[in-house]
Amino acid sequence: MEPAVPGRLIPSAMAAFSRTLASTAPAAPRAARDPRWVRWALTAGALVFLGLFLALPLAAVFAEALRRGLAAYAEAIASSDALAAIRLTLLTAAIVVPANTVFGTAAAWAIAKFPFRGKSLLITLIDLPFAVSPVISGLVYVLVFGADGWFGSWLIDHNTPIVFAVPGIVLATTFVTFPFVARELIPLMQTQGNDEELAAVTLGAGGWQTFWRVTLPNIKWGLLYGVILCNARAMGEFGAVSVVSGHIRGETNTMPLHVEILYNEYNFVGAFAVASLLALLALVTLTLKTLVEWRHSGQAGQS
Amino acid sequence: MSIAVQNIRRSFGSFAALAGIDLTVSPGRLVALLGPSGSGKTTLLRILAGLEYADPGSGRIFFDGADVTDLPPGRRQVGFVFQHYALFRHLTVFENVAFGLRVRKRRDRPNTSEIADRVRRLLELVQLPGLERRYPHQLSGGQRQRVALARALAVEPKVLLLDEPFGALDAKVRKDLRRWLRRFHDEIHLTTLFVTHDQEEALEIADEVVVMNQGRIEQVGMPQEVYDRPASPFVYQFIGDVNVLRAASDDGTVAPLGVASWDGRVYVRPQDIAVHRHPGAPGGLPAVIRHIHAAGPHVRLQLEQVHSREALEVELSRAELGELKAGVGSLVDVRLRQIHSFDNGYATGI
Repeated sequence: MEPAVPGRLIPSAMAAFSRTLASTAPAAPRAARDPRWVRWALTAGALVFLGLFLALPLAAVFAEALRRGLAAYAEAIASSDALAAIRLTLLTAAIVVPANTVFGTAAAWAIAKFPFRGKSLLITLIDLPFAVSPVISGLVYVLVFGADGWFGSWLIDHNTPIVFAVPGIVLATTFVTFPFVARELIPLMQTQGNDEELAAVTLGAGGWQTFWRVTLPNIKWGLLYGVILCNARAMGEFGAVSVVSGHIRGETNTMPLHVEILYNEYNFVGAFAVASLLALLALVTLTLKTLVEWRHSGQAGQS
Repeated sequence: MSIAVQNIRRSFGSFAALAGIDLTVSPGRLVALLGPSGSGKTTLLRILAGLEYADPGSGRIFFDGADVTDLPPGRRQVGFVFQHYALFRHLTVFENVAFGLRVRKRRDRPNTSEIADRVRRLLELVQLPGLERRYPHQLSGGQRQRVALARALAVEPKVLLLDEPFGALDAKVRKDLRRWLRRFHDEIHLTTLFVTHDQEEALEIADEVVVMNQGRIEQVGMPQEVYDRPASPFVYQFIGDVNVLRAASDDGTVAPLGVASWDGRVYVRPQDIAVHRHPGAPGGLPAVIRHIHAAGPHVRLQLEQVHSREALEVELSRAELGELKAGVGSLVDVRLRQIHSFDNGYATGI
C-alpha cells in the first residue's frame, strides 16, 4: 500500500473518481449492456419455445383439417352429427353465458357493495369450480340426478332426464364457468366503492336506475371481459360435460366431445375440422379479450 | 329549512359513533360540524342525508318540523357533496349535473330544453360555464368539487350537506374555495352543514360551529364564542393552541397559580402570556427559554418553568421579542395575562 502523501493521494483519488464517472456516464441499464449474443439467444429461445408449444399445434390443427382439401373439410363440418354438435354447443353457451352473466354480476354486486355475514364463505364457494377437477363437477351431477342418484328415478318417472341429456350439459357447464364473471367483477367493484351509487340515491334515483345508469356503465368493460372468457370456456368445456353427456351422437355431443369421438374413430380430417372451429373461437376470443383489455385499461387510467 | 335532531344514537358493535345527539339548526345558516376523526361528525351528516340509519328506537330527525327519520335519501330533499365528490366518471359534466333531473318520474321530469337550461344556469352559478362536455377526470380538484355542488343543487334541495368539502384539495385551493363557499352561501341562503376537522376552516366561514368529540356534541356556538369561551377542556385544546398547566403542585398543598380548578388544570393561550426580563419579580413565574421559532409573522418561544419544569409555549410579535433582548437559555419572568379553568366541567374565565 502506498503511503498517504497528500500530494499523491489527491490526484489518484481524483483519477479514480473520474474513472467511476466515465463508467457510469452512459447510464445504460444493465440489461442493455449484456453481450449481443446473450440477448439474441434468449429472444430466440423464447420464440422457439412459443413456436413449438403454441404456434405449431395451432397450425397443425388447420393443416390436418385441410389435408384432404377444402371440399373434405366442408363435408366434415356439414355432416349431420357435426352440425348437431355445433348446435348443441351454441345452445349451451346461449343459456349458460347469460345465466352466469346475471348471477355473476349479482354475486359480485352483493359481495363488493354490501357487508353481510358469510361473505368470505360465498367468495370461497364462487372459487370452488376453479378448485375442483371438472370431472368431479360432472360426477356430482351424475350422483345427484343420475339414474341411481338421489333424484334420478323421480326425474325419469316424470320424463325429465337431466343426466345424459341437454339439461345436464347445461348444468355442468354453468357450474364450471360460474367464476369467470364474478371473479372479474369483484375486485373491480370493490375498488370503485359505493360513493357513486350513494350519490345517485341522494339525487333521487331508485335501485334499478342506480344499477343501469351508474353501476353497469362503470363495470361494462370488466363485465364484457368476463363474458368473453366465460363463453370461451362454456364452448370448450370437456371434462364435466363428458361425464354427464353420455356421448349420444347427434343428441348430447358437444363440439369438444365430437372431436374426441371422431379422433378415436381415426377420422382425422373430421376431428381436426371441428377442432379448427374451436381453435378459431379461441383466436376470436383472444382478439376480443385484447381489445377489451385495451379499452379497459384506457378507462381505468381515466379515474 | 330548519333541522332538528333529537337524541340520535348510532353504534357499531360496542363502539358508540354517536352517543345521543341533540342539535337544532336555524334556516339559512352555514354550520360547521367540527371534530377530530372518529368524533362522529361524518356519521351524523350521513344520517341526516339518510345514507346511514340511526340505531333503531333512538331519536328522530325533523326537517321544518316534519319527521324524516324513516324517509329514504331521495325523498329528503337534501343535496349531498361527498368528500371525494363521487362524480359519475362515465358521464360528462353536463350529464352529471342533469342526473338528478333525468331520473325523475316522467310527470315530474323537465323536458330536454328545460334540463339544458337548468344545467347551464347551475354551471354559471358555480362559475364553471363551458365545461359541459368535459369528463370528471379532465377537471382539477376544485372544479370537480364545484361540479359536485352543482349536481347536488340541481334537485333543488332544502338542505345542503358537505362532507369534508375541502379535504382533498391542496392548501392554496382550499383557502380560495372556502371563501368562495362562504360568498356562495350568502347568495343562495340554503341551510348548509359541512363536516371538517380543520378548526381554522370552521372558524373562518361558519355562522355556527358544532364541536364534536367521541360521539357527543361538546359545544355549539358562533366561532368567536367557541374560541373565546370554550365549554370544555376538549374544546379549549381542539380550537386554537393552548398551554395546559397544573393548578396545584404535586403534594396538593400549594396552588402556585392561586386558582380553583375542577380538573386540576388551567388553560392559557400562548398569546395571553407576557414575558419580561426581570426574573424573581413578585407575581411572576421564572422560566428559561429553550427554543425560539422565528419563522412566520409571529415568534413562538418554548419556555420551561423553573419550579414545576412544565413546558410553556408563548406567542410574541417580532417587536416584542426585539424589546425582550433575550436568547435561548435566558432566564425570564412570565406573567399569565388571562387563564381559564373549568369548574365542574364548565369554563370560568379569570
